Amino acid sequence: MTDVINLLAGIEAGSALDKARDNRPEARKHAQASYEALFAPKTPGTFSLQERFAVAAFVAGLHGKAETKEYYVEKLTGTGASPELLVAVASEVFESHTHGPYGHYPTGPLTIENSDGLKYAVTVTARHVLGQRLATAFEHAHMLVFHPRDAAPPSLQAMLDAGWSTTDVVTLSQLVSFLAFQIRVVAGLKVLNARSA
Amino acid sequence: MSEKTLTPPPHTEPVVFTRDMLDWLSWLQPPTEEELTPRQRESLVDAARSKSEYFRLLARAPDILEARTRTDKDIFYNPQAGAPRAERELAAAATSRLNGCIYCASVHARHAAVYSKRTDDVDRLLAQGVTADLGERWNAIVSASAALTAIPIDFGPEHVERLRKAGLDELAIIDIINAASFFNWANRLMLSLGEPAKQG
Repeated sequence: MTDVINLLAGIEAGSALDKARDNRPEARKHAQASYEALFAPKTPGTFSLQERFAVAAFVAGLHGKAETKEYYVEKLTGTGASPELLVAVASEVFESHTHGPYGHYPTGPLTIENSDGLKYAVTVTARHVLGQRLATAFEHAHMLVFHPRDAAPPSLQAMLDAGWSTTDVVTLSQLVSFLAFQIRVVAGLKVLNARSA
Repeated sequence: MSEKTLTPPPHTEPVVFTRDMLDWLSWLQPPTEEELTPRQRESLVDAARSKSEYFRLLARAPDILEARTRTDKDIFYNPQAGAPRAERELAAAATSRLNGCIYCASVHARHAAVYSKRTDDVDRLLAQGVTADLGERWNAIVSASAALTAIPIDFGPEHVERLRKAGLDELAIIDIINAASFFNWANRLMLSLGEPAKQG
């Protein structure tokens, strides 16, 4: 499979930056293996590929970087997603993208660093299209992307109550958190690539 | 019938950033050590990690755990050139400080302090946050890590330029990008699947 980070960052095979990345061969290989474990799993189990790419398209959209956003929307389209689902993802990104990281600390000396921000709930229209299970995942993903320090058990319980198994909650958490990594590596390497070109 | 989250045992939560050793208590049910399947054990990479609730929980999804662990190790432990270990740890600590992961910051602040011997500077980062003055080279690394951690991502040519001027070569800059980006992964798992607790 194509090296997705190189693809998204526009790094050509054999270029100086491509060779520099080879100095961290295991990181490179396993960043790719991480992508494949999440998006081309041996068995998707009860967390379908369409759900995986729907969450990914939403999360990539929230990060606002054109290259990764388009990639995951295309992947979602490739799963046979309905036009309604594609519209719902795009409109939820539009409704809920904001600035982070924000959130609260345990009461104490750090309280003065608390910062409030959007507590996102999927719109009624999109909830109808996404269904309760995916809508709950979008709400959890939004918290992970913008204000992870606000995380608390009720958000996980909401996932479990919406029909996610504990193992699928772990996989979803990995998927959103992996994207937080991948999108930043791509953004960073893209800047580096533009400079060394 | 849906599954239930866990209520952690009575504990004292840390309310400041610290270099102290902390515990981590899971909000979701990890497999016990005895319940781990051979594949789950293998996915831990280090056998000793079977003692950790955090890694046992992540072992529920073994393929992504193993790939993530091997990515992590190369970013931080590969000794071949690039940024010194202390500076990769600094990027991890700064990212954790900005995202607000008290547990992750404690681990990587300890590592940064041990490898750099600059305990006062590390403590200044923990106390004051990512705008603390730590000298130009460390400021450049912390500023680049903070820009990558911000959403929308704020990292631009000016950060690369500042890192270069501070003496980091291409591979060292890749190491900083990798380390800060990786902790945007780690922080989110640590913050959202359980909570830190003071030891003792």
